[in-house]
Amino acid sequence: MRRLKWLGIAGMAVLVTMLAGPADAQQCPKGKLRIYTSWPMQGAMIPEGTGMKNGVDMAVAEAGGVVAGHCLEVVNLDDASPQTGKWDGAVEAENANRAVGDALAIAYIGTYNSGAAKVSIPITNRAHMAQITPANTYPGLTKTKGAAPGEPGIYRPMGFVNYFRIVPADDIQGAVGAKWAKQRGAKKIFIIHDQELYGKGIADVFDATAKKIGLQIVGNEGIDFKQPDQKPVLTKARAAGADLIYMGGVVDTGAPIVIRQMKDLGMVAARNVRFLGPDGLLEEEVLKGATCDAAMQTDMHITFASLPFEKLKGIGASTYENYKKKYSKEPTAYALYSVEAGRIAIEGIKRAAPQLDKAKDIKEKRDAVRQAILNIKNYDGLNGKWSFDENGDSTLETMSGFKVVKADNPIGCKFEFETILE
Amino acid sequence: MDWHEVLVQQSINGLTRGAVFALVALGYTMVYGIISLINFAHGDVFMLGLFVSLTIFTLLGMARTLVGWELVTILPLVFLATMLGCGLVNVTIDRLAYRPLRHAFRLAPLITAIGVSFMIENLALLWQGPAPVPYPDIFPSVDVLRDWVGLDTLVYLTTKDLLVIGVTAPLMFALQRFVTGTSWGRAMRAIAQDRETAQAMGINVEKMIMLTFFIGGALAGAAGLIQGIYYNIGTWYIGFQAGLRAFTAAVLGGIGNMPGAALGGLVIGFLSAWSDQYISARWTNAIVFSILILVLVFRPQGLLGEKAVDRV
Repeated sequence: MRRLKWLGIAGMAVLVTMLAGPADAQQCPKGKLRIYTSWPMQGAMIPEGTGMKNGVDMAVAEAGGVVAGHCLEVVNLDDASPQTGKWDGAVEAENANRAVGDALAIAYIGTYNSGAAKVSIPITNRAHMAQITPANTYPGLTKTKGAAPGEPGIYRPMGFVNYFRIVPADDIQGAVGAKWAKQRGAKKIFIIHDQELYGKGIADVFDATAKKIGLQIVGNEGIDFKQPDQKPVLTKARAAGADLIYMGGVVDTGAPIVIRQMKDLGMVAARNVRFLGPDGLLEEEVLKGATCDAAMQTDMHITFASLPFEKLKGIGASTYENYKKKYSKEPTAYALYSVEAGRIAIEGIKRAAPQLDKAKDIKEKRDAVRQAILNIKNYDGLNGKWSFDENGDSTLETMSGFKVVKADNPIGCKFEFETILE
Repeated sequence: MDWHEVLVQQSINGLTRGAVFALVALGYTMVYGIISLINFAHGDVFMLGLFVSLTIFTLLGMARTLVGWELVTILPLVFLATMLGCGLVNVTIDRLAYRPLRHAFRLAPLITAIGVSFMIENLALLWQGPAPVPYPDIFPSVDVLRDWVGLDTLVYLTTKDLLVIGVTAPLMFALQRFVTGTSWGRAMRAIAQDRETAQAMGINVEKMIMLTFFIGGALAGAAGLIQGIYYNIGTWYIGFQAGLRAFTAAVLGGIGNMPGAALGGLVIGFLSAWSDQYISARWTNAIVFSILILVLVFRPQGLLGEKAVDRV
């Protein structure tokens, strides 16, 4: 009896393996591939980081988790240091190394911060791995315009392009911002930036474009954002007669205090001084820190390197609807771009399918996918049809402008779409 | 704005900035004067002051702009509670981290102080999270010159500016009176000069050290509260930056010398505001520290410090 029982169990086990085994092989006969993602998932970045993670997950789910016979797995990494809660080059390097060291890793999606991308691109480049960013906008990562000497070559140690971005770079956002400032009647502009890659980069492009289109730049100052007092530099702006403060920065590099202290110093729209910033400031945390009162008194406006979700058409509109249905909340600023980044990775794998079968090792597989992505043209994306240019940049240049309006939410105000900027 | 309006405005900015530095610097200098320890955790007690006061306001349900009678009841009450809390924190730090090392090698408590600083910062990070925390507009902000005096000027002086001066000046004055005019103050000065002899004269040295830490912590707490009310924002890491500036102020004024710390704080406040205006904000830190070096080269004892005593 006892032996029989054991036989029964063994028989069951064999049956289970037979059922599971072939089914698995049927689903992904060519095995598993992994997509790695990397961006901050801590502190003020938790909502955005989660939204971006949701985006990639959604793209993979659309494909049913399988592409050309390969099962896809997403590995989410956090590139913020627990010490500071902000992105950290050492952590990002660790993440990129972990990805290239994984023999099943085929593509890398990230980063959020351009500074972090500077660290990881050379690592993925050496491994022939495609890196797709849903959010980096620093021009120097892909092109020489608005870049430091040596860029972007220093990020391509192997000499080829492996880094792709589907959002317009800052040189475009800074330029569009300057044109919008002129359109809205600004004459004398004082520029403030946080001395970081994104903030300074965008501020410098704004500066150059503004001068070209005949606006007067009365100052361009880098601030020490760890000092919670920017009154002196704002006083300087006021003394210079500025009617617009343009700030290059992100949510946690001093913008809330700048907006708040503009109000304290009487630099408000009623006295013809206004605030304009790039989309690093298009976050509710900025309004919380600055207070709605100050944001509205300074007539805060923001450029956004894309269209607002409600204005999207075609694929964009359906992606927006599906995201809301799937996660029952509004996507964060870069969540839908993460969907697109995920789709591009999948599209690359699909197009490279024949080479993947022939490839001897993972490096050849990665290289096939990288080349397939570089050759994507006329892709039907969120904002309409676009292609990758020879630098790996999207050819899209559609942007939008936001303003702050009163709202019936716990904060008391929100960002509202104002206009499409070309 | 005319050049003199700019100068006046930047001087107001510098004065308020400097007053907060000065208040923090006093705690540094007091502790150094008595036990020759640079208490690196001091800036973090200042940061705690901000968050402790915010918590008290929230618990009282008063995390909003105070009006009328609340300004003369709630506000002083929270000031006292915050100062008491931060004073006790500072005393606890001394008891746990510095006192066991009182007779150890000089560098030992210094390294411990750096460790304590990291610990407090990380506790605050756990407590408040990494994002900047908004601090409510507790004190009503009125444009004094235009709305009260009726002057038509571009210079902005708000009631918040007056609050900073109105709180820091009496605190500094009271401290000076306490140190120079009371028997406890005399005992503290005696310990600063010669601990062993002071003890032989019957002074309870440990009690006076405890008192010093309490007063220093209380001043840092008051500064934290003012910082919150004035700048309306707090982050867990502000203690480091404020501590560095305040330490610089203490050294500039002559470490161990209290009027010197106050003067040093004000000088740094003015210098940084003027440098933002007349040179460039990105050079401000470099300029402040260059001037510190220059002063120390020509006056190693600091602006008001006495000639170096034979301390090893």
